Amino acid sequence: MPSQYPIDPGRTDLAREFMANPMGPHSAALQRIVTRMRDTEAAGRYVLVTRVPYQEWGLAQLSGQRGVDVTLLEDQVFTSLEDAERAVFKMRWELITGTPLVLD
Amino acid sequence: MLEKKIAGYSDEISVAPGERIRFMVSCEPGVDRYQADIVRLISGDRQPDGPGYRDELLPTSVSGEYPGRTQETYCGSYAVAPDGPAFSALADLSLQAAIFPTLPALRRACLISKMDVEAGRGFALWTDPSDGLVLQLGDGRGGLQEYALGQPFVAREWYLVSATYDSASGDVHLRQQLLDSYALDTSSGVARHSSEATAVVGCNAPLLIAAASREEARGKPVGEMIFNGRIERPVVASRVLEGSEIEALRSGPVPVDLRTDICAAWDFGQAFETDEIIDISPNRAHGTLVNLPIRAVRGSNWTGDELDFNHAPDQYAAIHFLDDSLYDCEWDVDFELEVPADTPSGLYAARLTAADQEDHITFIVRPPRDRATASLALLIPTASYMAYGNSRGGIEAGNELLSNRLHVVSPEERYLNRHPEYGNSMYDNHNDGTGVCYSSRLRPLINIRPTHPWLWQLSADMHLVEWLEAQGIPFDVITDEDMHQDGVSLLERYSCVMTCSHPEYYSTNMWDAVHAFTQRGGRLMYMGGNGFYWRVAYRDDKPGAMEMRRTEDGSRSWASEPGEYYMAFTGEYGGLWWRAGRTPQSLVGNGFIAQGFDHSSYFRRTDDSHDPRAAFIFEGIDDEIIGDFGLIGGGAAGLELDSASRAYGTPPHALTVATSEQHTDCYIRVNEDIGHMLLSIGGQDDPQVHADVVFFETPRGGAVFSTGSIGWSSALFHNDHDNNVSRMTRNVLDRFLDPMPFE
Repeated sequence: MPSQYPIDPGRTDLAREFMANPMGPHSAALQRIVTRMRDTEAAGRYVLVTRVPYQEWGLAQLSGQRGVDVTLLEDQVFTSLEDAERAVFKMRWELITGTPLVLD
Repeated sequence: MLEKKIAGYSDEISVAPGERIRFMVSCEPGVDRYQADIVRLISGDRQPDGPGYRDELLPTSVSGEYPGRTQETYCGSYAVAPDGPAFSALADLSLQAAIFPTLPALRRACLISKMDVEAGRGFALWTDPSDGLVLQLGDGRGGLQEYALGQPFVAREWYLVSATYDSASGDVHLRQQLLDSYALDTSSGVARHSSEATAVVGCNAPLLIAAASREEARGKPVGEMIFNGRIERPVVASRVLEGSEIEALRSGPVPVDLRTDICAAWDFGQAFETDEIIDISPNRAHGTLVNLPIRAVRGSNWTGDELDFNHAPDQYAAIHFLDDSLYDCEWDVDFELEVPADTPSGLYAARLTAADQEDHITFIVRPPRDRATASLALLIPTASYMAYGNSRGGIEAGNELLSNRLHVVSPEERYLNRHPEYGNSMYDNHNDGTGVCYSSRLRPLINIRPTHPWLWQLSADMHLVEWLEAQGIPFDVITDEDMHQDGVSLLERYSCVMTCSHPEYYSTNMWDAVHAFTQRGGRLMYMGGNGFYWRVAYRDDKPGAMEMRRTEDGSRSWASEPGEYYMAFTGEYGGLWWRAGRTPQSLVGNGFIAQGFDHSSYFRRTDDSHDPRAAFIFEGIDDEIIGDFGLIGGGAAGLELDSASRAYGTPPHALTVATSEQHTDCYIRVNEDIGHMLLSIGGQDDPQVHADVVFFETPRGGAVFSTGSIGWSSALFHNDHDNNVSRMTRNVLDRFLDPMPFE
């Protein structure tokens, strides 16, 4: 069963910390949030798919089933792993808190 | 988008000059031709800051273009007994077995079959997702009669199943009896049918257990509709057996009064270390197992009083069949190489290229079998390569909590996912959830490639190969399998033996060889982390196969079932070497203590490092901080870490010359070192989460140097090899190659 740790949508300070340094190490408070976000069911879990090795990655979701390919989300292509982490963080923030992540 | 379409394997992993090695290749549609060359591998890591891929062509007759073709792989395990006199008189029929279905709801699966479908002759006993036990009989006219019990099986429960056919009356009786007792059970039952026409149950097809025969391929029957789960004591009889007779045949010898009517009764509690299944009836209709089903597993009568199958074989008379197990792809050969007599020992590959495609079927050229050709041997951990080969964890789970970042799916992973028939790694589970305890190298091992983007095992070990090449130090290359077969005599030809980054899996022969080498004056450089950890077994008659059980504890992705900790191949107790009284710390001074996969860290020199005995290690190094750089996680102390421990057997005189620090909370202490779980098991809180670089002298002038970290070798390349990790490694290597004894 995935983590149920609640994310306080008011803690945009932690979101800012993530955006500034998406690869970490993170503060303990931010890591709790990141752990919650990363602890999902395998089926539907966001992954990156290599489009050009070491240069370009597309967002995709795992099938969770052996032999069944990932589902590519064609409109989400990244040229840095950091930007991909930021984008997924933002999506998960809204999914979990129900509140869009708005940072100035 | 890059899509991988070509892969292959070789029949041997280590060959000496003058010996032959065959290569098998399969191409997906679109790859009509490919170029093959034999190359010596020099470097592999293609990440932007890495050394890149480099090889050197070995001119051989292999070089050339070959037609691409798709080769079939038939995975799944079952048993085959050839047709014979034992089955010639069949008119009436009884079939029975104890079964433990693990995926009864998946699809129809065959328990026992002997069927010529085209002629409509023979019989087959099935499990059906909704009807439970199903008997099929040939009608003699190209068709089948089918009789179902009508109640589905419950998964992971033992049943006694039986089916009888009386040719005179046409009566068919089916029975499935749950062997445990529950207050409510709707899965047990009996069914009586009457056939309208006489069935023809005799035929000359081979008999299969756990599969139906689909066709002949490569001159052999190939099983399909494979049963997932355990089967115990299958019996075929030539008359209708009574309930009491069926019960009497469940275990023990065949009763004297039944012997004339029993065609075959297989006792799986014999010949555990082989592929043979033994028929204990007078007919001796023995059979052969295909694709490594699991032996030495608990049967329906296991009491729990005995945990070792060697001591109670009758309680381990079951075999666990699986629809995705695989021993040998048995592909047709595409090309073969006779290794030229003057080929230097090294890491080689059959390099396959076609348009945007490539593959490197990696193998080792060892020195001539009677001698060494260098003072240094690089020991390639082929056992560990096999354990990790075809790891599916990334594409199936993409577990971000291991690495604390999004998983990047490579083209290689998507290719592997398109080919479930290539089998699993020992980190995966079979389709029915059972942990994978056998591996084989007679299949494409997609991630055991020099350029694989997951820098792990071979791809990570290329950092060490690249460094040795850059240093210009001559070295021979030998493998785990060579050492397992040749013993310490192979190692003793060398002044120094160097391991790779993660030599985790060791057979008894291998452990004994390394230990004896260190005790007889040899010098060992253990260049990695989490080494000498799991015990594995090989079988002389099953080249390329390996067994392992994940017992009791240890950092592991699955756990063996209770009572199944002994390995069928050898009868040895499996699991951690520590649990067999042989700790890594006693062998190499340090042992697995923690792992994490986000940021690597660095080492700091200790007081021990200033001991005069360690002076040679730090010659020319003034730095206190060692290895705050590297191609994996940015540091030399990373991935899996080993620490010294007197309590676990580190020699009392060992020097811990450097210790890592400042690991992230992603690094967590191994569970076998933890009693109660506490909050403070992460790298930021737990001082145990660190790696130790250890040096100690061994008897007769020998010595051991252990880096304590898988990440060590990833730091060697930094600053064009001009760095303190490279310098330390070189200092140790120079001294270890110097014949002057350590005192």
